[in-house]
Amino acid sequence: MAGRVAIVEVAQISGGDSKDNYYDQAYLVTKEVLAKAGVTKDEVGAVVSSASDIFHGGISCASAYYNEAVVAFLKNSSRQDGESLFALVYGVMRILSGHYDTVLVAGLCKGSENPPNDTCTGMFGDPFYLRPIGMNETVAASYQMRLYMERYGITEEQCAKVAVKNLHNALRNPYAHRKGRYTVDDILNSGRIIDPLTTLQIAPKSEGFVAMLLASEEKAAKLTGKPVWFKGYGSSLDTFHFGDRDLLQGQLKNAAAKAYRMAGLTDPRREIDLAEISEPYAFQELMWYEDLGFCGEGEGGNLIDSGVTRTDGELPVNPSGGVLANNPYVSRGLQRAVEAFLQIRGEAGERQVAKKVKTALVHGTHGFAGQCHAVAILGSQE
Amino acid sequence: MVKEYKTIKTQVALPYEIAYGATWTRFFEGFKERKIYGTKCPQCARILVPARAFCPRCFVDTEDWVEVSQEGSLVSWNYVNYRYFGMPTEPPYVGGLIRLDGTDVGFLHLIGGFGLSDLEEVKKNVKSGMKVRAVWSDERQGNIMDIRYFEPIK
Repeated sequence: MAGRVAIVEVAQISGGDSKDNYYDQAYLVTKEVLAKAGVTKDEVGAVVSSASDIFHGGISCASAYYNEAVVAFLKNSSRQDGESLFALVYGVMRILSGHYDTVLVAGLCKGSENPPNDTCTGMFGDPFYLRPIGMNETVAASYQMRLYMERYGITEEQCAKVAVKNLHNALRNPYAHRKGRYTVDDILNSGRIIDPLTTLQIAPKSEGFVAMLLASEEKAAKLTGKPVWFKGYGSSLDTFHFGDRDLLQGQLKNAAAKAYRMAGLTDPRREIDLAEISEPYAFQELMWYEDLGFCGEGEGGNLIDSGVTRTDGELPVNPSGGVLANNPYVSRGLQRAVEAFLQIRGEAGERQVAKKVKTALVHGTHGFAGQCHAVAILGSQE
Repeated sequence: MVKEYKTIKTQVALPYEIAYGATWTRFFEGFKERKIYGTKCPQCARILVPARAFCPRCFVDTEDWVEVSQEGSLVSWNYVNYRYFGMPTEPPYVGGLIRLDGTDVGFLHLIGGFGLSDLEEVKKNVKSGMKVRAVWSDERQGNIMDIRYFEPIK
C-alpha cells in the first residue's frame, strides 16, 4: 500500500433490544468514538457509513435520515449497503487519497425493529423464480449444510459445537444478544425449524451500532499510542444464480488470498493470532475455517473437535460469540473489526483472550450461502 | 423484551412492475406447454437452466435454446417447518436443489408427492442423490408454480 492507515478508536452499542431509536443510537455511538479519540466533529475529514434503507432499516433514503448523527453534515460522506466491511475499505481509501487525515466509519443496524431476517433476505431473490419458491438466506444455508455434511462426513454434532462454543464465549461479552451455557444436545434439540438446521444454529436478529475512527499514520501518532493498523483486504462475490454455484468451493478462499497477499501473510494459520468471522449459520464457521486456510478441505469438523479455536486455544475464533451471538445483519462485518481491534489492544474485557494478539483476521459475509465475502487483516505491528 | 419507550407498528408496501424480459418470458412460455428450456453457452458449452441471455461465467451471449429433461437427481434438500412474515409457501414443505439430466447447473424447486407432516416420514422418501421428476399443474399460467413440485421416481 502507498501509505498506512490506523484504526484509532472504536465504539459499539449492541445486543437484543434497546430503548433508544435509530437516530439517537447513531448519535450516541459516534459521540462515544469521538470522545475516546479526543477528536471534535469538525476535525473528522470524511464519513463512510454502512446501513440499509428499506430491508433492514425501514426508513429511507441512504444516509438522509442519520447524516448529522454520524457527523456527516457538510462533509464528504457516502453510504454503503450490503457487506459493511466494504465501508471500512472505502474509509481507508479516503485516507490513502491523501485528502483526509481522519475518516469516521459507522455501521448502523437496529435488528429489533426489523422484519425477520428471512423476510428481508427473501427480497434478494428475483420475483420470477426464487421468491415464489421461498428462497432466503436460511433456506440457502440449509442446502449448503446438508451438502457439506454429506460430502465430507461432517456430523450434526460438529456443527452444533460451533454454537456451543460461540454462545458460551458470548457470556463474557456485554454486547452480545444471545448467550448461554448449552450442550450439543441442547443445540440439536432447539427446534428443527428447517432441517438440517436448528434454531440455535441460526443467528438471531440484533442491534449493532458500531463506529470507528480511522487516521493517517501521521495523524494516528498524535491521537493514540496504540494504533491498530489496517494491513490487508480482499473481497469476492459469487454469481447470482444459486444453482450455478459450487456451494462447497465458494468465494471466501479468493477473498482471503487477496487479503493475505496485501498483508504479506504466507502462513496464515501460524501468522494469524485470532479471527472474528461471520457465521450466521453454525456449520459455516467450519467451512470458513477451511476456506481461510486454518485447516484442510473437509477438516473443519476436526478443527472444532481439537479445541484450537476456543478462546484458550492456539487460534481463537469468535471470542466475542460471533454472529450467532449478535447478528446486526447490516453491520455484522464491521462489528467483527471492532472486536478484533479490542483484542489487539488488550481491551476486550472479560472476553480478552489469554494469548497476545498481534495480527487478527476479520470476516464478513452477505447473501445466499456466502455469495459475498470480505476479509480484512488488522495488526498492532508496523 | 419490552421497550421502555413506545414503538409504532408500520409496514412498507410498494408496488413494482418488473419486466420478465425476453429470456424469462420465453422460458415460462415453455412451462405452459410442460417444457423446461435451458440455454447453451457457446464458449463453455454448459447448459444453463433456467435459461439466460448470457453465460455468467464466460460473459458471452447464449444462442441455443434446448429443451431439457424433466427428470434429474436431488443434490441437496431441506424440510421447512416454520413461518416468517411474507413466506410464499405454506409449511411444512421440502425444498430441493435438483440437477436436471443433461444440464450443468442446479435447479431449485419443491419436492412433494408424499406426506409432509412428519420429518421422519419425509426422510424415508427423500434422500440426496435420488431421482426426481417434474409434476405439472393441470392449468398452467406461465410461471414457476406451473410445476407443482418434483416427485421421487420409485
